[in-house]
Amino acid sequence: MSRLFPTASRINLLILAVLLLIVIPIGLDEFRLNLVSKYLTFSFVALGLVLCWGAGGILSLGQGVFFGLGGYCMAMFLKLEAAQADIGCTRAQQELGECIVQSTPGIPDFMDWASMTELPFFWLPFNSFPLTLIMVLVVPTALAYIVGVAMFKRRVGGVYFAIITQALAAVLSILIIGNAGYIGGFNGITDLRTLHGWDIRTDDAKVLLYFVTAILILLALVVSQIVLKSKLGSVLIAMRDQEDRVRFSGYDVANFKIFVFCFGAALAGVGGALFTLNVGFIHPTFVGIVPSIEMVIFCAIGGRFSIFGAVYGALAVNFAKTIFSEAYPELWLFAMGAMFIGVVLAFPEGLAGLYKVYVEPHILKIVRSMKTQTSNISSGK
Amino acid sequence: MELNTSNQDYVLSVENLTVSFDGFKVVDDLSFKIKKNELRVIIGPNGAGKTTVLDLISGKTPATSGSVKFQNKEIMKMKEHEIVHAGIGRKFQTPSIFEDLTVFENLEISFPRGRNVFGALFFKRDEEVKARALEIAEIIYLKDAMDQSAASLSHGQKQWLEIGMLLIQDPDLLMLDEPVAGMSASERVKTAELLNKISKGRSVIVIEHDMKFVEDIAHWVTVLHQGRVLSEGLMEDVQKDPKVIEVYLGHS
Repeated sequence: MSRLFPTASRINLLILAVLLLIVIPIGLDEFRLNLVSKYLTFSFVALGLVLCWGAGGILSLGQGVFFGLGGYCMAMFLKLEAAQADIGCTRAQQELGECIVQSTPGIPDFMDWASMTELPFFWLPFNSFPLTLIMVLVVPTALAYIVGVAMFKRRVGGVYFAIITQALAAVLSILIIGNAGYIGGFNGITDLRTLHGWDIRTDDAKVLLYFVTAILILLALVVSQIVLKSKLGSVLIAMRDQEDRVRFSGYDVANFKIFVFCFGAALAGVGGALFTLNVGFIHPTFVGIVPSIEMVIFCAIGGRFSIFGAVYGALAVNFAKTIFSEAYPELWLFAMGAMFIGVVLAFPEGLAGLYKVYVEPHILKIVRSMKTQTSNISSGK
Repeated sequence: MELNTSNQDYVLSVENLTVSFDGFKVVDDLSFKIKKNELRVIIGPNGAGKTTVLDLISGKTPATSGSVKFQNKEIMKMKEHEIVHAGIGRKFQTPSIFEDLTVFENLEISFPRGRNVFGALFFKRDEEVKARALEIAEIIYLKDAMDQSAASLSHGQKQWLEIGMLLIQDPDLLMLDEPVAGMSASERVKTAELLNKISKGRSVIVIEHDMKFVEDIAHWVTVLHQGRVLSEGLMEDVQKDPKVIEVYLGHS
């Protein structure tokens, strides 16, 4: 146990758990709490980047793709449920604003607008919630696997890999925008209402969804810690520095890169699905190049070598974005760019690096003195 | 003396090996054989193709033509990690160890178990691994540095650690590229001892520049020049060979 979770990691996990499960829910109103949920969904992506980029040295500039795929999977399920609810809607009800009359009832509204009369085959799995949950994990992972095999087996890496993932982000967002009838196009998938009849738009639902998100990110942190502390984690770090040495120690390096890239994609997919649930829509702008790069910035500012840093990075940058862009909307991008440059130049290990140098030693000292005190008490001194 | 030995006695046989980069033949129709339990030193002036030969055997560089047989099995088409699994270990010229990990972790990664993705994920650090790592650390003079970060080791210790990482895999053929480069005089002596110790029960190929060191360890020497074997034989005979003196020893 102590090998997987050394004291410092246990303390970090505890601090974050207290913050997410007690301090934030007590301190913030429903609106702000919902914002934190949204930020936390980005931290899944940043966490995946800590494993891929921080540990494995693989910089992906296309994590938004996997986030978007997870988000779209969830949105497709919710949209079908919303469409089912509109079956049997009458003109009179529409005038009261209760529902919408469609020329083909039971299909998503944007399909109806595009004069489609039948649900495309790839929508069929999303009639079932368990299947949707599986798709949230499988679709991003499968795409990451295909890209990973195509790139890493051919030993494409570094900058070239980053550029290709960025191109992937551009391709997917163009694909979505160009297919309004099939997947909602530029408007995204909106007007999501219920999950198995449970209205996700109410304040109560938003509070509950916040806790679901918070617990899942804590769980994701625990799983990531286990992966990083296993020998596979050591191999990733070894690979980052001396890829050839790992290869000549008998490892097929490509398979390890594929694994960690898929793992990061699966995390991003979960984040995307939670984003859709928390926010109530998904939009192609969350798939493209800009959000993908933003995610890298969350990770870098939080500290790319720290799984906890990823969460704080996503929260800190997004809070700054919210506050700053309310006051000076046009300056925000410059501020974020400045933050990124500052991190790279002044403290390359981000917030986590600062914490490790200035805060953690004190906390560890306190914990150690507490431990000796309790052991003194228990031994009767 | 080689005429009477059958193929079975060779751990490695390189035949007509050629590699050219942009038409320039770095290794040119090269053939040599390594016997079981032999310690062979390959020397030659800069650009003779010494490191390239190791690259070809270990699968790092694909050959243009020719054949490399390891324990009578063709390994030319195998991938690097498969060649390692077959029993060939290779040390690089500059020490390549994992600086962000401890000495123990460096050895643990090299331990020949759990080398696929899920094997590594569920790898257990059991007594066997710990005992074996300790055993190797003792041989490479790093017993007291097990929990130290590898980055904090001296240059010579890093070279030893990399040798240790190969030893823990227990290879049948060990290939060392300039193992004493950048070492102090006392480290060289210790490395020579180390080499004599670890060459028992396995074949070793050493590439070396340092003639004093070669005299200390070698009995059978191959001299490469412009990608070909210039001379081969006992160290004292090779040193007297006028061709060798002209291209190599004469200059140094």
